[in-house]
Amino acid sequence: MPHNTVAVVGAAETTKLGVIPDLSQIGLHADAAINAMADCGLKPKDIDGIATANETPVQLAHYLGITPTWIDGTSVGGCSFMIHVRHAAAAIESGLAKTILITHGESGKSRIGNPPRSVPPSSLAGQFEQPFGPMGPPSMFTIPVLRYMKTYGVTVEQIAQVCVVQREWAAKNPRATFRNPITTDDVLNSRMIAYPFRLLMCCLVTDGGGALILTSAERARDFPTKPVYILGTGESAETPMVSQMEDFTSSRAFRVAGPTAFKEAGIAHKDVDHLMIYDAFAHLPLYGLEDLGFLPKGEAAAFIAGRNTAPGGSLPLNTNGGGLSYMHSGMYGMYALQESVRQIRGVAPAQIPGAKISVCHGVGGMFAASGTIIFSNQAP
Amino acid sequence: MAQAGRALPQPTPETQHFWDGTKANELLLQRCDDCAKVYFPPRPFCPVCASRKVSVTKASGRAKLFSYVIHHRAVPGFTPPYAIAVVELAEGPRMMTNIVDCEQTAEALVLDMPVEVVFQPQDDAITLPLFRPAKG
Repeated sequence: MPHNTVAVVGAAETTKLGVIPDLSQIGLHADAAINAMADCGLKPKDIDGIATANETPVQLAHYLGITPTWIDGTSVGGCSFMIHVRHAAAAIESGLAKTILITHGESGKSRIGNPPRSVPPSSLAGQFEQPFGPMGPPSMFTIPVLRYMKTYGVTVEQIAQVCVVQREWAAKNPRATFRNPITTDDVLNSRMIAYPFRLLMCCLVTDGGGALILTSAERARDFPTKPVYILGTGESAETPMVSQMEDFTSSRAFRVAGPTAFKEAGIAHKDVDHLMIYDAFAHLPLYGLEDLGFLPKGEAAAFIAGRNTAPGGSLPLNTNGGGLSYMHSGMYGMYALQESVRQIRGVAPAQIPGAKISVCHGVGGMFAASGTIIFSNQAP
Repeated sequence: MAQAGRALPQPTPETQHFWDGTKANELLLQRCDDCAKVYFPPRPFCPVCASRKVSVTKASGRAKLFSYVIHHRAVPGFTPPYAIAVVELAEGPRMMTNIVDCEQTAEALVLDMPVEVVFQPQDDAITLPLFRPAKG
């Protein structure tokens, strides 16, 4: 796929983030979509493509009054929106649609109008994982970590640094849910959830949404917003069962999606000014930094503890505070994308001066799927 | 640790042999007749080469503790804290399970320690394969 031929021209989150008791899930999608259309001066009649996850694109098209010539309902967890961006870029390049809206909304905290989360007992996960007592991501996503820690001699104190550093970024974001500074001791003294994971090593549970509008780079010049070009994209999948990951110290889906995006973008790691790695739990930035090739295996924890990803560091990571401190509705990928777009537009609350290239990496399910998007503000 | 009320599997035609096996106190894997891959979870073809020529093979029941968490929240059928573990079978495949006859602590649950299968009936249809520290 040729790069730099498609751009994000509209981007917005829901008007509120956090606890939103007055909107159902589809209402959060719509609130974000209307904000994104307002961001770039479009109306529903101007949108001819729609993608969403956890709701069908049919629901959203109807609810928003859109008549699409292209729809994508890829729903593979929190990285679905990275994958929508990838598919949308291909669709625009091949002429299937001109202006594509990608929406996310999730009443993760208030649970208003959400489809029920359940694992069918006849599914493979229902037969071969659920009987052994897991309850959602905190007890599943975390299972590989003891193996990672033993393999590379990484300590829980080092992993706790991920939480401490991201809280420093969150403190700079007025919309972040948690902004007060925390120490390593705060993390290690917080309530045990699933050993070795304590409460502050697990993501927030909040309500919110976000939306993106993409069009061709050529048309993007006519919009009021600063175009954010799609430089490279990647996607992959591994397994719906965390117990069946090939390697507990590395995600195959990451190792496919990340390098695919880098190759397409034609950039090297040193070219990256800003990085988002979906952090549902504190270990994910470690896996992401290593599987995307920023660091050799086993070195990410020391890299973060060495403040290289902290404010003022060489590789600013999760500058909104991440799923650990900014917000996490359940499918966090859209918020990571929003922060990359803000950074590349130059309007982020914790703006990286002169940021030109942002890598945004998402995970779906528990290491089940992955999507990577590389953004740039350099015109083609 | 185990009590009534935990989620139970609903076998499908492709997995029924596995659950018939545990009921008979046998841990059954599958092996590809063409490429020799031993695999889990069950499916009627080889996940490496897609051959439909596969055989059911009885596992030794020997494994090592590969990774785990100790869950501290209440789940029907479990008294926290309890470990949700993944073991690596001597034959290669890994599976999720619980570790029984063992303290549910980080000190007692040591990665790579040898474990062996035990079969715990849940009802008339379902017996779950659990693991305990290997004896001898």
